[in-house]
This record gives sequence, C-alpha cells and structure tokens, in this order.
Amino acid sequence: MYFINSFLFCGLICLIAELILDNTKLTPGHITAIFVCIGSALDAFGIYDYFIARVGGGALLPITSFGHSLIHGALLAAESNGIVGLLIGMFDLTAAGITAAIIFTFIFTLIFKARD
Amino acid sequence: MTNKKYEALVNKHTPKENKFKYALTAFLVGGSLGLLGETLIRVYIMIFNVSRNDASTYMIITFIFLASLFTALGFFDKLVAKAKAGLLIPITGFAHSMTSAALDYKNEGPIYGIGSNVFKLAGSVIFYGVVSAWFFALIRYLWEVLA
Repeated sequence: MYFINSFLFCGLICLIAELILDNTKLTPGHITAIFVCIGSALDAFGIYDYFIARVGGGALLPITSFGHSLIHGALLAAESNGIVGLLIGMFDLTAAGITAAIIFTFIFTLIFKARD
Repeated sequence: MTNKKYEALVNKHTPKENKFKYALTAFLVGGSLGLLGETLIRVYIMIFNVSRNDASTYMIITFIFLASLFTALGFFDKLVAKAKAGLLIPITGFAHSMTSAALDYKNEGPIYGIGSNVFKLAGSVIFYGVVSAWFFALIRYLWEVLA
C-alpha cells in the first residue's frame, strides 16, 4: 500500500505544481518557495505527519517535506529548550540534505565544466 | 512592420502548448520518483539494517547525489525541460538548482562565482522555508503553552 500511496502522493504534488506552472505566470522558483511554506503550514497542525505515516517515502521527496522538517526540528528543540529552541533546532533535521547538497555541488563543480 | 502584424506573426509561430501532456508527464515522473524513494527506503532497511528514519535520510542523500551528478554530467537539464515540475518539485530540483548555478558561475572564480551564486535559486527555498517554519512554529508553540 505504501508503494501505491507514494506514487500517487508524489505524482499529485508534481501535477499540481505543473498545473500552476502552465496556467499562471509563476516561475519554478515561486512555486518551490510556496510549496515549502505550505509544507511547514501543514505540519504546524500535524497534517503532514499524518501524510508521512500513511504514504511513506513518497511524502518525504517533494520540497514540501523540507518545510515539514524545518518546523519539526524547531518544535522538537522547543520542547526541551523553551522558545529559544525555535532558533536552535530549525536546521536539525534538514542539515543532512543541505550539507550533502553543498558537498556534492562542491565536488562536482571542481571536476566538471558547464555545458550548453 | 507594425506591432500588431508582428504580434500576429509571433503568435502564429509559437508552438501550441500541450498542457495535458505536460501535466501527465509531471504526474508520471513525480510518481515514479516517489515510488523509487519508497523502494530505496525498503532496500536500505534490508541492506544496512537501520531504522526507517535513517533509511529516509539515506534515500534523500541518494537523490541529491544523483541529481547533482547528472546535472554536472550535463543531461539533467534536458530531462528537466521535458518533465518540468516532475523533477523540480522533488528534492532533485533543489540539488539541480545548486549544481547548475555553481557550474554556470564557475568561470567567475571560487568566491564571487561559485560561493556567492550557489544559493542563487535554492536560497529562496531556504529563506522562505525558515521564515514560514519559524512563524508557524511560534504559533504552535504559543498555542500549546497557553492551552
């Protein structure tokens, strides 16, 4: 069931993004920024956690899960550190992704050249 | 040539966008990536004997690695031009924007080229992600404290 849900959920989010992209003047930059905000808004009320529990990997891939991880880390740290935890824990869960992206980008930029 | 005539000529030669085809491609590509993600999680749990949380992190890193590598090799741009949102909305789009920005500005040097431009496109995602996450987390926190 996880496999079917993953396919449908991830596909549906991409479909919504593509429809916005084709029918409005918004660029991919606008849409990814909006989707991140939607992800964090959904997690503020625990809705995105429900998606992840039901869908599995398909809910972790779209950029909405980036917003989810940001707010999730902040709230987890806030439980132990109080309101300062909102600042301390913000990048706790997304650190792996951002660091990996920076390191891989650095290595591949050293090796390869731009092509057009 | 007057502006109106020019406009009509441009409209005539602009290819008609097949929105249905684009939407279907985005759905299928995005869905396949989701399916692959779930499969990778299962495989990592079996091979490395780790928890589901750790396996999820490995899966995300795998996708970032592949997107970054394929962008550097030069053929990811062509795939993005075809699948559009199907590849841009998953985490692959994030890695792709960073690597392609770094490669584009490589000839301007390591500091003012790569260093300052690598977050040119991905920066807005992080910036607005943090702003909205902080805002919503504050609301949730205050709500729980007051309740």
